[in-house]
Amino acid sequence: MSWLPRSRTARRRLMVLAVAGPVAALAVAVALYALRGSISFFYTPSQAMAARLPAGRDIQLGGLVRPGSVVKKPDGEVDFVVADHRAASPVVFRGELPDLFREGQGVVAIGAYDGAGVFDARQILAKHDERYMPPQLAAALKKQGEWRGGGAAPSYASP
Amino acid sequence: MAGRRGRSELRIPMIDELGQFALALALALSLAQTVLSLAARIRRDGALAGAGEGAAVGAFAAVAIGFLALIHAFVSSDFSVLNVAANSHTAKPLLYKVAGAWGSHEGSILLWCLMLTGYGAAMAASRRLPFALKASAVAVQGALGVLFIGYMVFASNPLARVALPPVQGDSLNPLLQDPALAAHPPFLYAGYVGFSVVFSLAAAALAEGRVDPAWARWIRPWTLAAWSLLTMGITLGSFWAYYELGWGGWWAWDPVENASFMPWLLGTALLHSAAVTEKRGALASWTALLGLGAFILAMMGAFLVRSGVLTSVHAFAIDPRRGILLLVILGVAAGAGLGLFAWRAPRLKDEAAFAPISREGALFVNNVLLAAATATVLAGTLLPLIREAIDGVPISVGAPYFNVTFTALLAPALILLPAGPLLAWKRADALGALQRLWAAALIALAGALLSLALVSPRSALAAAGVGLGLWVATGALVEAAERVRAFRAPWSEVGRRLGGLPRGAWGMTLAHLGLGLFAMGAAFETAWRAEAAAALQPGQSMRLAAFELRLAQAGDVVGPNYEAARLLIRVTGPGGRLVCEAAPERRVYAAGGQTTSQVAICPGLLDDVYVTAGDRRDAGVGAGAFLVKAYWNPWVRLVFLGPLLMALGGLVSLSDRRVRFAVPGRARQPLAQAPAE
Repeated sequence: MSWLPRSRTARRRLMVLAVAGPVAALAVAVALYALRGSISFFYTPSQAMAARLPAGRDIQLGGLVRPGSVVKKPDGEVDFVVADHRAASPVVFRGELPDLFREGQGVVAIGAYDGAGVFDARQILAKHDERYMPPQLAAALKKQGEWRGGGAAPSYASP
Repeated sequence: MAGRRGRSELRIPMIDELGQFALALALALSLAQTVLSLAARIRRDGALAGAGEGAAVGAFAAVAIGFLALIHAFVSSDFSVLNVAANSHTAKPLLYKVAGAWGSHEGSILLWCLMLTGYGAAMAASRRLPFALKASAVAVQGALGVLFIGYMVFASNPLARVALPPVQGDSLNPLLQDPALAAHPPFLYAGYVGFSVVFSLAAAALAEGRVDPAWARWIRPWTLAAWSLLTMGITLGSFWAYYELGWGGWWAWDPVENASFMPWLLGTALLHSAAVTEKRGALASWTALLGLGAFILAMMGAFLVRSGVLTSVHAFAIDPRRGILLLVILGVAAGAGLGLFAWRAPRLKDEAAFAPISREGALFVNNVLLAAATATVLAGTLLPLIREAIDGVPISVGAPYFNVTFTALLAPALILLPAGPLLAWKRADALGALQRLWAAALIALAGALLSLALVSPRSALAAAGVGLGLWVATGALVEAAERVRAFRAPWSEVGRRLGGLPRGAWGMTLAHLGLGLFAMGAAFETAWRAEAAAALQPGQSMRLAAFELRLAQAGDVVGPNYEAARLLIRVTGPGGRLVCEAAPERRVYAAGGQTTSQVAICPGLLDDVYVTAGDRRDAGVGAGAFLVKAYWNPWVRLVFLGPLLMALGGLVSLSDRRVRFAVPGRARQPLAQAPAE
């Protein structure tokens, strides 16, 4: 095979490239393709309102569960309100609530708004640690002057 | 009498201070280990090397004393120790008092240091390594010890005292009060940290400028041990996440799960590339790079889990200052290792040539695919951090990304896998290998078509996954049958060959079989699991796939440190056959007032019926009813059984005499010849 380079090292390099190149190209192509549908952005209720999200767009909604807003219906549906300092969003969730879900505590819900402005949550994030606050939520709360430091559950009165 | 009592009261609390002193001593000994071993290497002085090795053993002993002191503080509920006050409680069962020692950040770092120095001591005690390589490796291991023990002593003291000890502790988070806490972290850390020895040996070999077959054989037992333990640790964690509600099931591509998976993927690549280096001397610098990379990713995993920079279901609260320190440690270790590689690797000799169709060629393709898969997982895990650093927009990358990229890269690897072990080294006959696999191909195709035809809803992708798993599993069995010439030679000959088969070959067969079973289970469970939910009053029932679930009884039970509502649910299969009585609980813990769900699982041979108890409805329509949610998880047992077989395969390989008493040259022959027969 005359088109192959003469030196053994160069031939081996060519072989390595012949295998690694296509695999790397495949990996990058598939990764970019898959990323388009898999990235979801984090919003607090007021940010979500300002962003004017289209209905059905997958996002993460983070905020505090407004005390007194949790309603558990007999069919297993749970309604509650996620609020930040300036706005609040009603959330509907069907499924088993994580064990660390409590009124007044921080929560991150994954799902999408429906046409009527109700957030339909697919998943509520649970933690190993009741003192844990998702970093994005902590940052958002800090910006709004809501943060009370690492340990304390931020107290939050309904406006 | 009084004097004696006074003395004992003084002495018992001293254990804590003794532990703190031991940890500081361990730091000094690790430093001595590095300096002495380095000096020994430079001056080629056996006495100095012996002193360095002694320091390594001493560091392990000192950390062990600190670890025992922490266990003692937890068991005796000494709330004057901050860590114990924050994570323990007198009413906690003894198992969780002991396991609670590594349930906190400080305790888990201590466990990490215990493993790190333990591996260092084991390497120092090993008699097989040549003088220069060993002295350098012990020095590198000592430097790693200095970094981590230094972090522990100065920023994360597990034995720090409080000025005013509380009467009662805050207790460990109830979600962590589970038997899995006793096993999952130690296995995981033993796996992570096992790669530190490979890192040290790789750095030492690069410094010595010698990465050759003998070196590949020396790292083999350490790689096998670390890989097997990590496999066990991940499987235990996966099983824990499966039965703990809200942790996303057996695999959710959560950042913390990815953090443990990336070193595993690279470790798997390392096992295979080290085989090429050992048998043929090829891929030497690549193997060295993987040896460094596996531990770098393990350290990154520890940083990601313990710093809380990523939004994860499994994240812990932590002081951000510590996260930065961990990042600095990661940067120093990774920077030094990779810098050494960039400097020395171009000078390595890597001469051995091989044809594209050969065992080396197959293992090379395996490595390219595994490395690409690791890179895509890494990209998906770190992308949220990168994006936030660039424009401050917080994002998350969902499971679909990982499912698509990982499947796209691993499916070709699984398709090629059964052929690999049938190819000869150097130059092989691809057609001959494929001919020997016709039976496996037929079985896999039949399995795929059957699951496409019989299981509803119809899913071509899942059927292909089942077929692929079957292909890998039967391919592994075919390869073993070929080795012993089953169905070809007389049975007496087969029996003789069976007895003479090296353990390493058995290990490979077991691991590949396990991988195939795992793929089958994962495809089947993901596509065809069923779920049902209903609010049930005692006496009422609901349907789940072919099962009937009747709430027989609801009552209250009192545990050691919790009270619970317990449901008794009779699960009956087709024809009214009793499958099991499930008893899920909803627990309220007295300390902290937290509620947890205790899932009940009816295990079958391959399938699980998985039942959870929800809240009791107190008012309105259906008062007194409990929300019961149930899942039928077909073939989910394979998801855990498969990886256990893989870990077992690693341990069987590890028990191979030729691994433990490697004699260069002689050991090479039998394995190299076997597949060509």
